[in-house]
Amino acid sequence: MSRPTDVDPATPDAELAVASQRTLVWRALRRHKLAMAGLVITCLLYLVAVFADFLSPYDPGDINADYAYAPPQQLHVVDTSDGWDWGLYVNGYEQTRDPETLAQTFRENPDEKIPVRLFARGPEYKLFGLISTDIHLLGPDDPDGPPMYLLGASRTGHDQLSRILHGTRISMSIGLVGLAMAFALGVVLGGASGYFGGKVDAVIQRVVEFFMSVPAIPLWLGLAAALPRDWGPLQRYLAITVILSIINWTDLARVVRGRFLALRGEDFVTAAYLDGISRRRIIGRHLLPSFSSHLIAAMTLSIPAMILAETSLSFLGLGLRPPTVSWGVLLSDVDVRALETAPWLLLPGLAVVTAVLAINFLGDGLRDAADPYQS
Amino acid sequence: MLTFVARRVALMIPTLVLISIVTFTIIQLPPGDFLTTYVTNLSAQGEQVDPAEVAALRARYGLDEPLPAQYLTWIWGIVSDGDFGRSFEWNRPVAEMISDRLPLTIVFMAATVVFTWIIAFPIGLYSAIRQYSITDYVATTIGFLGLAIPNFLLALALMWMGLNVFGQDSVGGLFSPEYRDAAWNLGKVLDLAGHLWVPMVVLGTAGTAGLIRILRANLLDELRKPYVTAARARGMPERRLLLRYPMRVALNPFVSTIGWVLPVLIGGEVIVSSVLSLETTGPLLLSSLQSQDMYLAGSIILLVSVMTVIGTLISDLLLAWLDPRIRHGMA
Repeated sequence: MSRPTDVDPATPDAELAVASQRTLVWRALRRHKLAMAGLVITCLLYLVAVFADFLSPYDPGDINADYAYAPPQQLHVVDTSDGWDWGLYVNGYEQTRDPETLAQTFRENPDEKIPVRLFARGPEYKLFGLISTDIHLLGPDDPDGPPMYLLGASRTGHDQLSRILHGTRISMSIGLVGLAMAFALGVVLGGASGYFGGKVDAVIQRVVEFFMSVPAIPLWLGLAAALPRDWGPLQRYLAITVILSIINWTDLARVVRGRFLALRGEDFVTAAYLDGISRRRIIGRHLLPSFSSHLIAAMTLSIPAMILAETSLSFLGLGLRPPTVSWGVLLSDVDVRALETAPWLLLPGLAVVTAVLAINFLGDGLRDAADPYQS
Repeated sequence: MLTFVARRVALMIPTLVLISIVTFTIIQLPPGDFLTTYVTNLSAQGEQVDPAEVAALRARYGLDEPLPAQYLTWIWGIVSDGDFGRSFEWNRPVAEMISDRLPLTIVFMAATVVFTWIIAFPIGLYSAIRQYSITDYVATTIGFLGLAIPNFLLALALMWMGLNVFGQDSVGGLFSPEYRDAAWNLGKVLDLAGHLWVPMVVLGTAGTAGLIRILRANLLDELRKPYVTAARARGMPERRLLLRYPMRVALNPFVSTIGWVLPVLIGGEVIVSSVLSLETTGPLLLSSLQSQDMYLAGSIILLVSVMTVIGTLISDLLLAWLDPRIRHGMA
């Protein structure tokens, strides 16, 4: 590479030569198309989590037993019944009951139109927990009229769409909260292990190996099953994140240790040491910033594991429980009978797969971009 | 080699002790001791509880002693005469209940590991040699999907397909109804093989996806090394070159991954078997955890953890046998 003084400062090469590490990482990441797609989808998911109340037509707790297992309705954008006109509507349901099995069956009734509108009035909620409003992005024109189920209804007549949107909140945030705890454990223990080496390193490495050699899921299950039954949703949520981070800190600890070991012998660290800078300052100001991009990549890659773990735990009935709504809790409604009559109950699974794939791609791209000075 | 084996086995012992302590802690975690729960349950069902029996059980498990002493009683019972305690939900010895199901679990695990290898090996090899080919992209995509789809979701999806596409009326279980209680014979073995593939595929996907990625990455690293170029320059046929050198090095992770694939598999087994209602230890663990039948749950956790540690040991020994660098502590 040419030295910056040799070239005209206006050319892109010169810009590159003096660019900060952050700029370089961003440039490398932008070239990675899958990672960018992952970034966009991840951001969208977190936006959904923030605006779940506004985006969903109903409250996730609303039930309507008349519409148990109602199938998804198609949202019509164009009204062709009477010429051609714009108009949002869904068809109403026609219900029939099998005289022998008493099973309810639903059919769309092409003659009944339920008008739907944007920014419709619905159940009241507090936006950001502050502003009280009852405006929802999409909803039936008449809030007291027949309901709409764009993604079908559950066994007790919950609106599946509203529940999936609200589930985004818990499922996506549990990864972040769990990560924060795993991060604290991983950075402190991994850092100590890598920086001090010797006996400290040996002890911490044995602990890491122990956690990696024990099958994680039976352990989680055991810990989750031991949680007191009478704990409220918030306590349970926190307890589950603690359990997830207990198992997941080891990967982060290994990354941090590896980077510390690699950087400890570098000249700039020795220089700082010879200048009489304190240990704490060397770690905080010299070592941590130089591998923060690696750390961010490793952190991103550990979020999907947390999301999957929460989903599995809740699916088995040992994680979060209703009335808390997460993707795993929603999936726990699925049994063999539901599979036959209401396959749309599997839709939260699609949300899980989308989220996990998006964050994985993003993390992969970040890992490749983490060291922009290579090659 | 002998010293290596000895050192490795010696290292295993503290891990086993630690596992047993963790398990015991889990058993103790639910509030109240299990005997109180047991007596309450029996009284709730209107059954007479013999105080002498309760006192005998109390003495047997050392419930009035401090926790470390209770731990010693518990672990000594397991080590000395295989007494894992009693399941209070089923009112049967835990050892008996587990031995009903453990062999099938081991068969299931072993079959899945073999399946994982058979699938991952050719795909990983191919996508490394033909990097950035269509097959490589397809394999990578499937690999990512395999890692992103939770096991139970795949199981549910396959069940849905079984019900709606193939019109099967019974999905799940490891045996057809007519063989469920039959003695072992050729028919039963064939029946098992016919049922085993669904859970095997479901459980194997995540491991397969991981292995493909590792094999591909390792092989790509090896293929860029100078010795490959040197061998090629000397005119060695490409196929022979590939199989003789880089392949052997890249194969190491296949052996060593048993170490990390096993914990994943054993964990996944609990979930997959519960969804597909297999007659293995997984669903038993789940139901015992849900009813806080802690001796049963703890014993299963202990056993599967010990199985994992032994599996890891075997893979480490195999690796040392395969690779002299590891045997002599150089890598």
